[in-house]
Amino acid sequence: MGERIYFDHAATTGVDPKVLEAMIPYFSQTFGNPSSIHSFGRETRKAIEEARQIVAAEIGAAAPNEIYFTGSGSESDNMALRGVAEAYRDKGRHIITSSIEHHAVLDTCHYLEKNGYKVTYLPVDSDGLVHPETVLDALTPETILVSIMHANNEIGTIQPIAEIGKLLKERNILFHTDAVQTVGTIPVNVQDLNVDLLSMAAHKFYGPKGTGALYIRRGVKVNPLIYGGAQERNRRAGTENIAGIVGLAKALQLANSHLEENRARITELRDYLIDRVLSEMDYVRLNGHRTKRLPGNANFSFDFIEGESLLLNLDLKGIAASSGSACTSGSLEPSHVLLGIGLCHETAHGSLRVSLGKGNTREEVDYFMSVLPEIVNKLRAMSPLYHAETERKECASCTRKR
Amino acid sequence: MKQRVIMAMSGGVDSSVAAALLLEEGYEVIGVTMQLWDNDLPYGTEVEGGCCSLSAVDDARAVANTLGIPYYVLNMHAPFREKVIDYFVDEYLQGRTPNPCIVCNKSVKFDLLLEKAASLDGDFLATGHYVRRSFDAERGRFILRRGVDLSKDQSYVLYGMTQPQLAKTLFPLGGYTKAAIREKAAELGLRVASKPDSQEICFVPDQDYGRFIEDYQPGSVQPGNIVDESGKVLGRHRGIIHYTIGQRKGLGIAAPEPLFVKEIRPDTNEIVVGPAESVFFKGLLANELNWILWDDLNGELEAQAKIRYSAQPVPALIKPEPGGRVRVEFETPQRAVTPGQAVVFYQQDLVLGGGTIVQAI
Repeated sequence: MGERIYFDHAATTGVDPKVLEAMIPYFSQTFGNPSSIHSFGRETRKAIEEARQIVAAEIGAAAPNEIYFTGSGSESDNMALRGVAEAYRDKGRHIITSSIEHHAVLDTCHYLEKNGYKVTYLPVDSDGLVHPETVLDALTPETILVSIMHANNEIGTIQPIAEIGKLLKERNILFHTDAVQTVGTIPVNVQDLNVDLLSMAAHKFYGPKGTGALYIRRGVKVNPLIYGGAQERNRRAGTENIAGIVGLAKALQLANSHLEENRARITELRDYLIDRVLSEMDYVRLNGHRTKRLPGNANFSFDFIEGESLLLNLDLKGIAASSGSACTSGSLEPSHVLLGIGLCHETAHGSLRVSLGKGNTREEVDYFMSVLPEIVNKLRAMSPLYHAETERKECASCTRKR
Repeated sequence: MKQRVIMAMSGGVDSSVAAALLLEEGYEVIGVTMQLWDNDLPYGTEVEGGCCSLSAVDDARAVANTLGIPYYVLNMHAPFREKVIDYFVDEYLQGRTPNPCIVCNKSVKFDLLLEKAASLDGDFLATGHYVRRSFDAERGRFILRRGVDLSKDQSYVLYGMTQPQLAKTLFPLGGYTKAAIREKAAELGLRVASKPDSQEICFVPDQDYGRFIEDYQPGSVQPGNIVDESGKVLGRHRGIIHYTIGQRKGLGIAAPEPLFVKEIRPDTNEIVVGPAESVFFKGLLANELNWILWDDLNGELEAQAKIRYSAQPVPALIKPEPGGRVRVEFETPQRAVTPGQAVVFYQQDLVLGGGTIVQAI
């Protein structure tokens, strides 16, 4: 095994050296507690507020104080859903989301269901798209919040957030989007998207792990998850992760300043990869929308094999990919996203997510394509399902032969 | 090119040292642990204890890191549940006393896991069992012998192995004593060196299998009568799953002489008890035979028969019967011959084969 290839940017990315450089002073040199009144505290407070301004500007927030720093994208999602649900519980107890959200949203919804809320899980079409009219159909007088992810972490499909947001704005319904996969990757502007709350995580755009942010439009009430201090305007207690916050802002600024060129290059590489897989291999299906998808995301289902075996074989060849979300990889349970777009269990089992980033090259894709068919053929040769393929009928609807 | 071995690691001292020994022997080693618990447990549930628990995975991963080998957790929760736990529960409900390790080895470890090993281009799957496997050129077959450390010998749970399975399996520990393995673990600085041996049923961490079955199939366990050999009712039992042949404790019957479980009758939900001598049996009938030394048994055979994991092999005569069964006649009657357990046949340290006890005679 020679060089390793990283094709799992949707799981996480490495910290950009420029980001690291910006963070380093805030570990040992400039370390004051931002809540302290002395000069040590003032300098870190300044760093945080500058970071807040940067993030606000980058996503088009009206004011810096609409940005709240958190510990992760999951925390931002939890805070948005639980925080709004609790703050508006007297107004209504109905929430609408989609069936293919990240577990940070879905499991929070399950928690809320156990605590007296009703949740509607909207279906998606075979490309993974939520249809805006289904959102309207699901609204009730009790509805306090709609949460639809900007782009899906597994299949990469980008949702019509702006359109849904417009409809909800007209009806005065709060709208949250989990933009963890899109911030720093495609343009994200909270005004254009018509959202009231938006989650992001620094480590998805070459920033540090352990830092996230939640945009909360001014006037929206959100109860805190964590109590114990006045940090983040009473909404998130705990001494701030200064280096992380500085890193998040720097990473977002960097990512957005090169966004169009990276997006174009990565999209081209992605399409090259998708075209090669679909044209050179049999019994394979591309999951997610062909064009309305994240620049770096390619998600395939290979019939007759298990994604787990495929991943481990790729890993042994030095290629890092995923079977879906990193949080569930290693799990034989088929992904709720793939089931959500209508795949049968068997096909959903054989899925592979390749997520490209700014460091990837055509040579790497070529190397990938020099080992992938070999592995897939080997695994299929061991599969009784493959041998029984001619008798196989029930799965035909969700499988596309070349 | 080095041969690749997929090492089944449980996080215990045995499989950890086995991995190290394979590396020393020059194999390329990849560690794997079968994840047998359900990933979708409610938040806050602690998954602890047992051979393939979360903490076992932590231990196995730490050992793999110490040894510098790749390590993967393979999710086998669904097949394990279907093939081992369902079987285990069903056997108890049918009045038998199952050995889940045997069925796990047969249907999960040396079947599904072996397939996974092949899919990772493994030349072999290895486990930390104390048993010796070799190729007998004269017979043209792979043979299995008891582990050198007879107090740790695990051939009883491996009698079901087929020739294709044995061809692809390594047991690095068969030639060692447990003491030597612990010493080796300490020498290697493995953090599991002094970890206690795992206990009985890996998926019932508190070993309260009765409660496990009641939770798994609510309503399946019903109290019933305890009767003597003449059918006279002597008392009540808490459900047949709580009893096994030869059991004395927990009957709750006052009698002039000690009473023991002699028979379990699932059809009438009865436990039959008798005096001490009534639980000694001259022989047994077994089915689902697997022979390691031959394809099939032709004619009578003198061997030593072992009727439970903790029993010593005793001299017996084995007679083939129609329907793929065998009749086993002990030289001297044996106590508590228990349907559902395996009978495994030996000639000295050579494992001949074995089957499942269907009836004591």
